Amino acid sequence: MSHQLPEHPDRLWRTPDPKRSYDVVIVGAGGHGLATAYYLARNHGITNVAVLERGWLAGGNMARNTTIIRSNYLCEESAALYEHALKLWEVLPQELEYDFLFSQRGVLNLAHTLQDVREGTRRVNANRLGGVDAEWLDADQVREFCPIVNTSPDVRYPVLGATLQPRAGIAKHDHVAWALARKADEYGVDLIQGCEVTGFLREGDRVVGVRTSRGPIGAGRVALAAAGHSSVLADLAGLRLPVQSHPLQALVSELLEPVHPTVVMSNHVHVYVSQAHKGELVMGAGVDPYNGYGQRGSFHQIEHQMAAALELFPVFARAHVLRTWGGIVDVTPDASPIIGPTPIENLFLNCGWGTGGFKATPASGWVYAHTIATGEPHPLNAPFGLERFTTGALIDEHGAAAVAH
Amino acid sequence: MLLIACPWCGERDELEFHYGGQAHVAYPADPEGLSDAEWGEYLFVRDNTKGPFAERWSHAAGCRRWFNVVRHTVTHQILAVPSDRPTAAGRPKPVTA
Ligand SMILES: Cc1cc2nc3c(=O)[nH]c(=O)nc-3n(C[C@H](O)[C@H](O)[C@H](O)COP(=O)(O)OP(=O)(O)OC[C@H]3O[C@@H](n4cnc5c(N)ncnc54)[C@H](O)[C@@H]3O)c2cc1C
Ligand SMILES: [Zn+2]
Repeated sequence: MSHQLPEHPDRLWRTPDPKRSYDVVIVGAGGHGLATAYYLARNHGITNVAVLERGWLAGGNMARNTTIIRSNYLCEESAALYEHALKLWEVLPQELEYDFLFSQRGVLNLAHTLQDVREGTRRVNANRLGGVDAEWLDADQVREFCPIVNTSPDVRYPVLGATLQPRAGIAKHDHVAWALARKADEYGVDLIQGCEVTGFLREGDRVVGVRTSRGPIGAGRVALAAAGHSSVLADLAGLRLPVQSHPLQALVSELLEPVHPTVVMSNHVHVYVSQAHKGELVMGAGVDPYNGYGQRGSFHQIEHQMAAALELFPVFARAHVLRTWGGIVDVTPDASPIIGPTPIENLFLNCGWGTGGFKATPASGWVYAHTIATGEPHPLNAPFGLERFTTGALIDEHGAAAVAH
Repeated sequence: MLLIACPWCGERDELEFHYGGQAHVAYPADPEGLSDAEWGEYLFVRDNTKGPFAERWSHAAGCRRWFNVVRHTVTHQILAVPSDRPTAAGRPKPVTA
């Protein structure tokens, strides 16, 4: 008995040809590019905007992620940014007039070692001080909240407890993209698919447009939102980024009855699992260690995550894997994103979300739109500038990023 | 899964290796003289090539030695590994992209 998917609205978006120039050109029609276009129009009244996408709309990581949304990060800067996103998620379905099945079913981050327990309780305290909902559960409370988790003390890495963020959850990622695209289009934004950016138009130190597979397009400002391909693009502008691209993969099972009431993540044994609205178990794990752009991952990562999943959820033993796929994520040295202006005038950067940018989609668009419109970062993204790799003011979120990289 | 040829042990599967990132990144010759920006560049910025990429691997679960490989980061094909075992004359020559 799975959920009924919501009906789509009658009209989605136009497919216009590119104009000769725009006030703002956004490169990449993933969630972040689309949210940026939406908030440029909604918050700043800037509607002479094109979003250029080399493939099809939201066919990159937006289509490949496991849709987990939470804001229980450790550092104040990140918790503030992701919490801004979570508050926007709570109002967006109504604002965009499009149901994308945002389901606040909670997220458990399991602890299997004394160190995990210490890290988890510290993060719960930090979150509460920062106004983010968070609770610490012991093993019995974990079993109560999610009865299918194996909390026996006899497994190799017993569950000692978990953090719980009750307002966290999942959403239907494709619908999120389509909802943002539809509203951006309604404001007059041109969404142009099959249009690859291949270079930049320069006047001295300034960027004045982009070269594309559909000809040159002038732009007052150019905003990159190309996720795993950001350094390929930045190279074309002569800018070197502290970003490495890695394959990250996920898989789904066949459809099952509703058995899994929440989202469970385990950093230590390395798997995370939720149940999609239709009924598939959705699972992910860590990135492949090496750089890659091949949009597939190693098979041994799958074996590893399935072994962990089976120990934690013996009830999954007979579930079949239906599909596996990979995306290319852009990882920074401190596991935090880079959002802000660049040393090149009129060129803006939004990248480095790594394995966890879906949850940030609305806040990323909100602060990026502000940065592009005003030329200055919003207070929420000011700490996330490129200059932190010179000043050393890193935002080290490796622990709370929840996926090994 | 990659099949990687360790120059000392021969072909082994990826699980025996540890990845070391971009090859040929030299420690700064004059560390005292570096600006903050240059230190930032040395510590945090590496090439992120889409195509043939010279990188380091260590045969962590085998002979534990480091060596260089050129791998295509889209196809994952390994295009070059050092062919010579070390001799009295020294270590094998590094490969470059
Ligand atoms: C397997 C997997 C699981 C994940 N799970 C989660 C999760 O549970 N929760 C979470 O918060 N995050 C998760 N993520 C991360 C999340 O998907 C990304 O951080 C986020 O989607 C990145 O932003 P985006 O949506 O704009 O990127 P994308 O959707 O990748 O958008 C970038 C777009 O730019 C386009 N592009 C690139 N180069 C060019 C060019 N030259 N010209 C024109 N267009 C170009 C691409 O085609 C692409 O459509 C996961 C990622 C993967 C791969
Ligand atoms: Zn060896």
